[in-house]
Parts: sequence; structure tokens; C-alpha cells
Amino acid sequence: MNLTDLGLGPARRALGRREFSARELTLAHLAAIEALNPRLNAFLLVTAEEALAAAEAADAALARGEGGPLAGIPLAIKDIFCTKGVRTTAASRILEPFVPPYESTVTANLRRDGAIFLGKTNLDEFAMGSSTTNSAYGSTENPWKRRQDPAARLVPGGSSGGSAAAVAARLAIGATGTDTGGSIRQPASFCGITGLKPTYGRCSRYGVIAFASSLDHPGPMARSVEDCAILLCSMAGHDSRDSTSVDVPVPDYAAACNKGIRGLRIGVPREYRVDGMPAEIEEMWRSGLAWLEDAGATVHDVSLPHTKYGLPTYYIVAPAEASSNLARYDGVRYGLRVPGEDLIDLYEETRGAGFGAEVKRRILIGTYVLSAGYYDAYYLKAQKIRALILRDFTDAFAEVDALLAPTAPSAAFAEGEKTEDPVTMYLNDVFTVPADLAGVPAISVPAGLDADGLPLGLQVIGRPFGEETMIAVAAQLERAASFTALPALRAGSPAI
Amino acid sequence: MPLDRSTIRRIARLARIRLEESEAERLRQELDGILAWVEMLNSVDVSEVAPMTGAITIGLKMRPDIVTDGGDADLVLGNAPERVGDFYTVPKVVE
Amino acid sequence: MSYHIEGRDGPWEIVVGMEVHAQIISNAKLFSGAATAFGAPPNSQVSLVDAAFPGMLPVINRECVAQAVLSGLGLNAAINLRSRFDRKNYFYADLPAGYQISQYQEPLVGKGALSIELADGSTREIGITRLHIEQDAGKSLHDQHPSKSYIDLNRAGVALMEIVSEPDIRSPEEAGLYLRKLRTILRYLGTCDGNMEEGSLRADVNVSVRRPGEGLRTRCEVKNVNSVRFVMQAIEAEAHRQVEVWEAGGEVLQETRLFDPARGATRSMRSKEEAHDYRYFPDPDLVPLTLDPAWIEELRSALPELPDAKKARFMAEYGLSAYDASQLVAEAPTADYFETLAKGRRAKAVANLMLGDIQAALNRLGQSFAATPTFPSEAVGALLDMIEDGTINGRIAKEVIEEMEASGEGPRAVVARKGLCQVTDTAAIEEAVTAVLARESAKVAEYRAGKEKLFGYFVGQVMKAMGGKGNPALVNETLKKRLA
Repeated sequence: MNLTDLGLGPARRALGRREFSARELTLAHLAAIEALNPRLNAFLLVTAEEALAAAEAADAALARGEGGPLAGIPLAIKDIFCTKGVRTTAASRILEPFVPPYESTVTANLRRDGAIFLGKTNLDEFAMGSSTTNSAYGSTENPWKRRQDPAARLVPGGSSGGSAAAVAARLAIGATGTDTGGSIRQPASFCGITGLKPTYGRCSRYGVIAFASSLDHPGPMARSVEDCAILLCSMAGHDSRDSTSVDVPVPDYAAACNKGIRGLRIGVPREYRVDGMPAEIEEMWRSGLAWLEDAGATVHDVSLPHTKYGLPTYYIVAPAEASSNLARYDGVRYGLRVPGEDLIDLYEETRGAGFGAEVKRRILIGTYVLSAGYYDAYYLKAQKIRALILRDFTDAFAEVDALLAPTAPSAAFAEGEKTEDPVTMYLNDVFTVPADLAGVPAISVPAGLDADGLPLGLQVIGRPFGEETMIAVAAQLERAASFTALPALRAGSPAI
Repeated sequence: MPLDRSTIRRIARLARIRLEESEAERLRQELDGILAWVEMLNSVDVSEVAPMTGAITIGLKMRPDIVTDGGDADLVLGNAPERVGDFYTVPKVVE
Repeated sequence: MSYHIEGRDGPWEIVVGMEVHAQIISNAKLFSGAATAFGAPPNSQVSLVDAAFPGMLPVINRECVAQAVLSGLGLNAAINLRSRFDRKNYFYADLPAGYQISQYQEPLVGKGALSIELADGSTREIGITRLHIEQDAGKSLHDQHPSKSYIDLNRAGVALMEIVSEPDIRSPEEAGLYLRKLRTILRYLGTCDGNMEEGSLRADVNVSVRRPGEGLRTRCEVKNVNSVRFVMQAIEAEAHRQVEVWEAGGEVLQETRLFDPARGATRSMRSKEEAHDYRYFPDPDLVPLTLDPAWIEELRSALPELPDAKKARFMAEYGLSAYDASQLVAEAPTADYFETLAKGRRAKAVANLMLGDIQAALNRLGQSFAATPTFPSEAVGALLDMIEDGTINGRIAKEVIEEMEASGEGPRAVVARKGLCQVTDTAAIEEAVTAVLARESAKVAEYRAGKEKLFGYFVGQVMKAMGGKGNPALVNETLKKRLA
């Protein structure tokens, strides 16, 4: 058996029994990265030395019987989490030379519990994108291949595409991601893995490079619901350094996997049935509902009437916040500086050269919608519609315990597709954005393959801080789906 | 109302982003498309709705008035692209 | 008599509103744990939050909120149980995040008022529009290098209160009184040290002029005026400028101007002319600030006695004049000093000595009633007691004070060393009186002929002969008897 095939739960049990060492497990993953990353470009930076040092420490702790819940588990970290002493770029040219002298709370929590960081993964610049093609350091390749067209280079989704590809290709047991408009769930769906976006305020944003503060949700990505649940236990928790972090106890999310779903009411949001949805996605959705019914849940039609306004609302709110959040990249205190004749020139040259096209686009949109005379028509209006979207969820959760819907309107697409205009690309997020706007938790689980053999995900959306019920439903889906397909490119695969 | 080139220039100036001429025209078209698309929000009646500013309903937490940070100029200047002594530097600003 | 500027064809009235930025006294900054002390080495009081590093987040300092609430209560203002923080977006080298966290839409404190006392004894209410909390920016140093500006972020993120007045001020004098009164109140409350030289209190002044009875005309904002005197001069200068513009048939443009104290004139800030578009929006890193009414009541119950109340009490309780009472309550430590001394003594005598010779000596020494090693209240109390029990007279007291100032000795030590005890020995006084009257026989004759004001002259001569130490009452009595 290949060590890189182990999930978090099994690896943890085996490490505890000293069947192999954390060092061996880490070396196996580093070897897989060395073999595959030149092609996938999932990692922007591999921290082999630090990883091995951490593995040795984990082995020592495990030998003393003191290992934390993640002792010796090799993880990949999205390069938007600041890691002390390790370059952190948000996949932007503007942060190319940036080495944070601090650690994000989420990664600090993972380290505290013994996790080993293999390196920093690729993403759309500042998490703005759904394809991981908007990276200043090259795109990431999806390890899955179309049966009919194996040569096509597919995108892993985004923005956490590097993390999703790394986990799917078995370069890491799990990874961190951030979900602002779908950036954990959509790449999880595209790469056939599980991605969990917790409730807003559940995981601290301290040390996570901000895209849109009111929408940024750090969360775990892994190859099973249980693995995500275990990671969430470590990542979650109140943080006094984040004013939007909520002080609610962290339950044993992994235990929720076995809670069962008998008697739960599952809602089917009728507005998610959009025109032009591929038949196999509709089919998978129906199957998912049937599986849940088989396990004792009841299925109910619900309405989220403002769903269709989610995307345009998101594309006002997120750029507005981003335009302000990204003002700090000015070439004065850190990061790239392009010299200028005067201060304004320095700013304009630095930001003109340091930001990629999508980032500029969103900064300009955000600047525009906040500017004098337009604030009420765009930003204020969007925040009101956001309140209506939240109300939709609140109303629905008065009727049902969780919602089931597809994660994305399609399987992974090829690089170069959907680039004719930005709005086409934005439509990828149609099913994921509402949960971000409302701050409710959601998890994407691989539930089937399309006709090309590409993975498709279903998402379970839960009540605020209702992660346990959501996880119970997701675990049931996972058991019923028994998704065993493997990506063409993976550690030890013959395709390499 | 379609965006004109001078609006793009003004917005880029506010955002302190230098745009090449070709870039400005492409962005003008893209932004115009995005703004036309978000127009659909105008069909929603929000007259009775209070705006939402975030997903958190708890009150603002406050910290005690204790000095816990600072005291390390090198920490904050360590990433500076240019410094003189313990100052950041920028091209001279004439007031 | 109300203030007017006499124009070419009739009087002009001035309309002034003030925006005062007052640095809140706290140990740590508004949203970070870095220190706030003045004068620290560059960038030594900067957290990664203040320098706006990626992923850094603001967490508000409870003390800064409490201080702002206290200030609001001290200005008789409404405290808003819900307020909110907005971002004000603009680029500047000393604004690390590219935005300032401020309160725009929903300030912490609403309407209040402050009363000022004019020179003629009348009082006026100046309305307070609002008070809100915001971050200070860092500091740019432009004179350290030929081609670079240096940036020091020590001040970046320090808590400020912006206190906005209604346009109720009608003269430079009123503006000065308003600013002084505001400073006094904040200092009483301990919420701002009021030090304008160090920039802990800065004023922006909105000035417009109009014909009496007219509506408002265009105003100009004069930024960052850093002393009470300059505020008064800036208003005067700006108002005259505007009158000239209007009378020449021109139009006053709404703009930001700077006061140049050397020239005694304001000038346009051309560098800031580029149209600002601050793109305010609610800061998504902070949720609305909601206050518990019980906490506000707790703060209210801890409010100190404020200057207006203290003045009224000093007048009622100690029988002081309005003028003396105002002088004594201008600074809380002065008022405390007075009350310490007034216990068991004649309040009027205490006030006279404090506000007269002692104040003059303190001014020369650069000391104040808040901290004076030379004139601690015990020493001044002893001095008052010696005057009261006749050990020395008022004239000698002046000499004792000068000696205390020079040598740092206590009053009793000075009196003993210099033998300044008052002479109450009637034989000695008789002797001096006899000598003076003998010497001044011509004047005695004039006096007896009806020139009664010569009496004072004789007193002076006797005192002089006695080295100033004669008991004035006994000297008077003896002279009267002998000249009768």
C-alpha cells in the first residue's frame, strides 16, 4: 500500500500504532510532490526541510505518547495563509518578496495539533477566480483527465485550486482553503475531493490575506468528510485577534460523521434548478436525494427566491471590499516596489505592475461602486439584497435541517474555455455564492462522474453553526455515493 | 449608462493603478459588461430592507487597554523595499 | 456687543464651526496593542496591525470607547447605544492600510452642548453636532533628506475623538473660548491631555461670512491650526479675506486652506486640490459597536465634577467672584489646590494670594499648581496663616514669596532667617511714628489743614522706617491717634 493513499483518519491511527513514522509519511508525500508538481504546479513553494524537521518532532511526540490530534499529518497550505518565516504571496507579483513575520491563527492551530506543512499551494491571485489560472506563477493543472480528450489541460477550479489538486493527486493528505464565493467547494467538486466552508466566524481570518472580509471563510479540504471534520476541529475556534470570530465551543465534528440522518428534513432549493444544467448533474442531484431518503431523511421542496441575485450581489460586495483591502499593497512597507518619480507615480507603477488583470478588474469595479454618486445604487443596494438572501436561508431553515444542491453548474473545464468575458467565468459560482453571502456552512462531496469521467460534487448547506448536522448528511452522501474513481495524475499513478 | 474612457481613467487614478492605453479600453468594455449584468438587481424592491454588513450578529468585542505589541522596529521594517534607519522612505512629498 | 467686520458697504457677520481632533488618553492604540507614548524612537510603537500587514485585523480597545463615552457625557451629549465603523479610503504614505477607520454614518456620540463665558460675563451655548472615534495617521518627515520623505508610524492607529461643533461661533474670541473650554472639559475628564504643541489637540476651523440676517454662504476649512491664539488669528484672517473676495464681486470657493502664522494669513492647499472621493463604507472587519446602557451609567456615575458645576459651587460655597471662580476652575489641579487651602481659611484671601503673587511666581518658574515643588500647598498654607495671625503683613508676604522662589526654602524659614516678623510692639511703632511726624512737620500742618489724603503718605513713611515690618493696623491706629 502506498502511504500517499491514506486518508487522514487511517494515517492518524497508523501513526498512533507506530506502523510507520511521520518522517516516512512526509517523505512519501515530498517524493510525490517532486514527481508531480513540476507538471501540476499545485505547490508554489515546497518547504521540505521544515516539513522533515516537523515530522521528526511529531515522531518524538508520538513516541512519548504526546502527539496532538494531527501529529505527523502532512498538509498543504493555500498560499493566502501567512506562515511565519515562509514566503506568502497570495499568488500575486505584488507580494513576491513577502515573508510574513507572523503565523495565521488557522495554521497556528494546525501546527499546535502536530500537523506538518509540506508547502504553499497555488491559487487565483488574491483568491479572485474560479480556475487557478489567474496566478502570477502559472496555472495549476487538474489531475483529472477527460476520457475522450486526455490531452486537454483542465483547470482544478478555484481559487483554492492548488490545494484541491494537491489533495486529489495525493501530494498531501489534506489542505487549507478559503471560500469567498465558492473557492473551497468548487475546486473540491472539480477535483473529486471534499471541501468544507464553515460558518462565517467559525475559523479565524487573522493572518489570512484578505480578499473580501465579510465573505472570506477559511476551511479544510481533504479526501473524505471525516478528514475535513478532523481538520475543522483543529482549525476552528474563537480568536480574540479577529473581531468577527465567534465564541462558540468547537464540538467533535468527526463524531458527527456517524450520527445518522434519520428523521432529518432535507430541503431542495427549487431555484437551483437552472436552465441548461447538464443532465448528469440533475441526475446526480436526484440520486443524492434518494440516498438521503434511503437513510431515513425526508425531502422537501423549499424556495430561496433571491438565489438568482446572489451572483450580481456578490460581484458588487466582494470587489468593493477588495478595492479597499488591497489598498495596502502600495510598495512602501512590504512587497513589490516599482520606483516612481513621485509618491503617486510610485503607487501607480507598483500597483499597475504588481496586480494581474482579474485583480485590477475587481479593484476598479469595487472602486467604482463605492465612488461618490454610485454607492447607494450599487453597494448599498447589494447589501440590502444580501439581507434578503440571508432571510431566504433563515426562512428555509425554519422548515428543513439542511439543503442539498449541486456544487457547480459543470465539471472541470479546460484552460482557455469560459474566458470570452468575465461574466461567463463568474457564473461558475452561481450555486456556491449564496452560502457565502449568508455566512452559512456548506460542504461539497464528490458524488459522481460526468460522461467524460470527471468528478461532480453535491453540496450540503447547513444552518449557522450547524456544521454537525451538515457533516452527518455529507457523510451519509459519501457512504451512499461510494465515490472511488481516481484522477489520472496521482502519486504512483502509471500516467506519470 | 455605458462607462466612458474618462471614467475608467478617473477610477484607475482613485485606485492608484497605472493602466496602459490598450488595457484601459479592454477594462472599459469588461466593466461595462459587468455593470450591465448587475443591473438585474434593479428589479428587486429593497425599500423596506435594512442593509446587511456582515454575517455576524454578535456585538463588537473589545480588548483591554494593555500594551502587548510594538517595540520592534525591525519586525515592521524587515520587509520594507526601502528604508533609512528605522524609517520607511518614499519619494519626497511636497505639501 | 456682537462681533462684526466692517466692510466697504456695511458690516459682515462671521459664522464658524470647529472640528477638533483630540487624542484619547490610553495605554494602547485604538485597534492594536502598540503603545501610544509621545516622542518614542521611529517605528518603535508599531504593531503589524498599524503597519497594515496582510491579514492583520483590528480589535477595538475598550478604554478608548470608554474615554469617548465619558467625553460625550461631559459635553452633555447623547450616547448612541449602537454605532459603527466605516472606512475612509485614500492613499497617503503615512496611511498604511490605504484607509482610515472612522465613524461616518453612525457616530458614537450625538448632539450635545458646551457653554462659554464671554468677557462681559455673559454666557453662550455652542452646540456639539457629534463626537466620533477614529484612527490617527502616521507622520511624514519631509525635511530629513533632499529627495525622500521619511515615514514614522508610531502615531498611526492612535485613538482620536473628532468633536464637531455646530456653526454657532460668531467671533474669534468665541472660537478661542470654545477651544479652551473644550480642552478644560477633556482635561477634567482625563480623556485628552489637550497638549496642542504635541498635536494631541488639533483644530480644523470652518469659516464663512455673511451679511447680518442672511443665510449661510460658502465656507472654507482652515486645517490643523495648532494653538488657541492661531485659531483666533486664522479666523480673523480668513474672514477678512472672504469679505474682500465678496466685496470685490468675487466668489468664495469651498476649499481647504492652511494658516501661515508667520504671514498671519491663510493659503489654499493646492496639493490637496485633487478631488477627494473617500468611498466610505462599513468596515467589514468590525461589527457594529453596541453598548450596554448599564456600562454607560457606570461611566456616568464616575464623572468628575465639571468646570461649570465647580465654578458655581465655588461662588456659592466660598463666596468667590465669578471671575476668581473661573480662574480657579480652569484647571482641575488648580481648583483642588484651592480647596485644600481654603479648608479653615478665608477663601477670598486664598484666592487672592493664589491668583496674584503665587501665580506670578509659578509663571516665572515654569511651574503650575498641578506640580510645584517650590510652592506646595502646605507652604502656601503656612504663608497664609502667618498673614492671618499677623506674623507678617501682605507686603512682607510678597517678599517672602520672592525669597521662596529664589531659595526654595519654606515661608517660615524665610521669615525666620530674614527676620521679617511683623512688629506689633506698640512702643516701637510709637517711636517710628514720632520720628516721622517730627521730620514731616510741614506735611503734618497741611494734613491738619484738611489735606487728608496725606494719611497714606505717613503710613508709607512709617512702614519704610520700620523696614516694612510694622503691623499695618497698629501703624494706622497710632497715626490716627497722634494726628487727631
